[in-house]
Amino acid sequence: MTELVTQAMTEKMTEKTTEKLTEKMSSARQFCTFYLNHLLFGVESQKIQEVVTYRELRPVPLAPPVVTGLMNLRGQVVVALELRRRLELPDRPPDMTPVCLVVRTAGGTVCLLADEVGNVVEVEEQTFEPSPETLSPRLRSVILGVHKLEHQLMHVLDTDQACEVQSVAKGKGQSGG
Amino acid sequence: MNDADDIVKEFLVESYENLDRLDRDLVMLEKSPNDREILASVFRTIHTIKGTSGFLAFNKLGAVAHVGESLLGRLRDGQLALDGEITTALLTMVDAVRQMLTSIETSGLEGERDDSALISELTRLQRAEAPDKGRAQESGKSKVAAAAAGPGALSTDASVKVASSGLSSKHGNIEAVTVAAEAGKAAAAGTMMEEDATGALEDAKKDARKVEQPPPRPAEANEGQPAQQGARAQSAGDSTIRLDVSLLDHLMNLVGELVLARNQILQCANSTEESTLLAASQRLNLITTELQGGVMKTRMQPIGNIWSKLPRTVRDLALDCGKQVRVEMEGKETELDKTLIEAIKDPLTHLVRNSVDHGIERPEVRQAAGKNPEGLLSLRAFHEGGQVNIEITDDGAGLDQERIRNKALEKGLVTADQAGRMTEREIVNLILLPGFSTAEKLTKVSGRGVGMDVVKTHIERIGGTIDVQSKTGKGVMVRMKIPLTLAIIPALIVTSAGERYAIPQVSLLELVGLDGDQSTKGIETIHGAPVYRLRGRLLPLVHLKTALHLEDATKEVGSSAARDAALKNSITTASGSKRINIVVLEADGRQFGLVVDEINDTEEIVVKPLSKHLKDISVYAGATIMGDGKVALIMDVLGLAQSSSILSEGREHGLTQEAAAQETAESGKQKLVLFTGLAGARMAVPLNLLARLENVPGTQVERSGNRWVTQYRGQILPLIRVSHALEERRRVPPPKDVVSLPTTDMLQVLVLENEQQSFGLVVNQILDIVESTLEPQSPSTRAGVLHCCVISDRVTELLDVPAVLLGGEAFEPPEIPAGVELN
Repeated sequence: MTELVTQAMTEKMTEKTTEKLTEKMSSARQFCTFYLNHLLFGVESQKIQEVVTYRELRPVPLAPPVVTGLMNLRGQVVVALELRRRLELPDRPPDMTPVCLVVRTAGGTVCLLADEVGNVVEVEEQTFEPSPETLSPRLRSVILGVHKLEHQLMHVLDTDQACEVQSVAKGKGQSGG
Repeated sequence: MNDADDIVKEFLVESYENLDRLDRDLVMLEKSPNDREILASVFRTIHTIKGTSGFLAFNKLGAVAHVGESLLGRLRDGQLALDGEITTALLTMVDAVRQMLTSIETSGLEGERDDSALISELTRLQRAEAPDKGRAQESGKSKVAAAAAGPGALSTDASVKVASSGLSSKHGNIEAVTVAAEAGKAAAAGTMMEEDATGALEDAKKDARKVEQPPPRPAEANEGQPAQQGARAQSAGDSTIRLDVSLLDHLMNLVGELVLARNQILQCANSTEESTLLAASQRLNLITTELQGGVMKTRMQPIGNIWSKLPRTVRDLALDCGKQVRVEMEGKETELDKTLIEAIKDPLTHLVRNSVDHGIERPEVRQAAGKNPEGLLSLRAFHEGGQVNIEITDDGAGLDQERIRNKALEKGLVTADQAGRMTEREIVNLILLPGFSTAEKLTKVSGRGVGMDVVKTHIERIGGTIDVQSKTGKGVMVRMKIPLTLAIIPALIVTSAGERYAIPQVSLLELVGLDGDQSTKGIETIHGAPVYRLRGRLLPLVHLKTALHLEDATKEVGSSAARDAALKNSITTASGSKRINIVVLEADGRQFGLVVDEINDTEEIVVKPLSKHLKDISVYAGATIMGDGKVALIMDVLGLAQSSSILSEGREHGLTQEAAAQETAESGKQKLVLFTGLAGARMAVPLNLLARLENVPGTQVERSGNRWVTQYRGQILPLIRVSHALEERRRVPPPKDVVSLPTTDMLQVLVLENEQQSFGLVVNQILDIVESTLEPQSPSTRAGVLHCCVISDRVTELLDVPAVLLGGEAFEPPEIPAGVELN
């Protein structure tokens, strides 16, 4: 059943991703924004399945530090990843309750923990600039670049890469886990 | 999809099934060429294919099937005797048919193939002279002749044959009837190929029903029987429907969700007083359970489905290798979940191939060894304890343990020492390690050394285990244990460090609770590894918290001994006088106890896969959602045992010290620290007494009272020089040594723990850490030494640590008068 479920999920996923790929080509794109350590991040809105309020997570001993725990999302067990750790940002202050961005990735549904949700913005291709060379190579695969918004830079997050924990596990030392 | 497509599809599915049966039947037929029952079945199959292909205008297919049928017709009529040549030709025909079917499936066409060679071969065989009886006159247009002979003549003929061949008369008769009915049909339909294809198809389908009303003559004696048999044989087609497996998978998922919801509702209902809700939830409970069972059953398939392909495989392979192999099957009807059936298909085939290729000897070798030249490969499947056992046994030469041992050594899979201590069974199971293959020459079949470990991984992936047993000269038995299903499993829920974990009940043997006195005294340690005496046998214990590193995170873990100590503490002292719960588990045939904080309940849980982020953690099998909606992790008992070194993987190189220490405690071996003591003599202390190895700068050695000490982790660590301690015993007093201790050099210190006290043993040089047994080889020559033994080919003295420490303590005060200036 394990395999079946995954299989079914990936099937669904691939359907969706092909849809998305075609849409990616158009110039104006919608992004869901959120904050991490006061930085503005954006994820293509199609990749976001939903945003849910934080709920109790089941910690997983022995898991890589980025994995905060497992969440029951309407009967589905979804892994929650701490974006701050993934992006090598300082840990969230304990009094701050994160929000859960549920994203669809090639590897299944994953929940990403962020500080706060912003809103949906539409951006033009022209405002985009790729990540500078000075950004650490570990992060350049995750942060594709920035959109220069009026007041702030919006970091464009590659959700598939963000959910790659293997690379993070290797760089465990740096990520401060 | 239009109707025609549907018909083709159905035809394909049916034909594939038939062909699989054909493979098996033909091989069986070769063994017992007189078995009319089988022959008739083969004939029917080909006949059906031929008929349908004519109907659907697959002419090539029809042509091949036609000559095949003709040949079979001759066989059936006894005009020909089946031999290896004919069987091979028929099997080739089956292959050709299968290829065409595949081609039809993919492209809708039969494909550009030339079957004339096959057809002429089949025709040639058909023309061959009948071995006995004067039936040669019918040769040539045999089929037509046979068909024309008419039902009456033929059926009489057949039943006579049955009687004379001395087969089980009941079955023989029934089949004879079938054959008769069939032949009658053939006659009635005239020459199939031409235009009456539709009729043939219809006829084929109705065959069995016709048999239900058999021509009264031959079968009268047991008429109840054939009716039943016939009904079962074909009405199966009427009472079953073909379903897309994905639909079943979906249903299964839904049932999984339902079970979860049921669990939640039951939990709520149990806390209310409302009787209607209670009653409704009870009903929901019952219905869900039944539904779950039902849906589960839809996915169950007899293991015979995959076994049926094996006789053919074995036959071809045996021919290739010049061997004679007979296949026996027992428990074909044993049922398994479809996904599992699929999952074990390849491993099973691999094992069978292995047995034929490597296990069973050539006939001449077998004869020389006094065995039947025909090897026996037996497959056995049965249910046991919620699992399916599958055994593949051959009566071949068995595994060459010496060669396995040498190979394992050569490949560095085990050390010489380990190899020396391994039991027969352990050695045999070495073949399951990656990169292991003893085949001297590579064959096309097996011997690339990727086989057995892949088999093992496959089996373990679905939660099964595999075990190899071998008897030299007698054969090999491979036993696989496979869970019935993966989706919903009964599990024991336990709590550790405030979180719940589910342990699959399959691995559960029993629960042991230690109260009061027992909780402190019940658990003993072997070199730091905790064990519990379970009915006289030592059960190694694993603390779940430790296995999950839930406690270690806060404690500093210096060395293996420190960790062992931590483990020991957490079990004996930290839990204090509280109740200790031991879950006795079995993994891969070995038992161990898992110490948990609390044992909650057993529950049916739905296994949810873990995301790829957590897949690599071997101790988890998945996750589940509990009645209260919270997520619990499902433990993988095998992974847990492996990560806690209850099961050694045989590859010691990568094992952590801690793991190794536990392991050695299990196997009776000990890890020893080798060092040079007095005058270069090699000495050893057990590693488990050792807390740490330290380099202490001479300048940090201080004097306290009449002892040398150093500050070590905020404590005062007394230092004893090993040469000094031993020397003391011989000639007292040894003032010079004491005086000479402080130097500016680095001192190599073994920090030992004895009776809760730490001591630093200053040695000349630390040499190595080795694993060895402590067989005394000669008694000690001096005090402070337990005995001498040979470790790594050198005579080594085993230090009697308590004696040395006591000696130091007891000796010093009286011998060195207070106030004497020593430095």
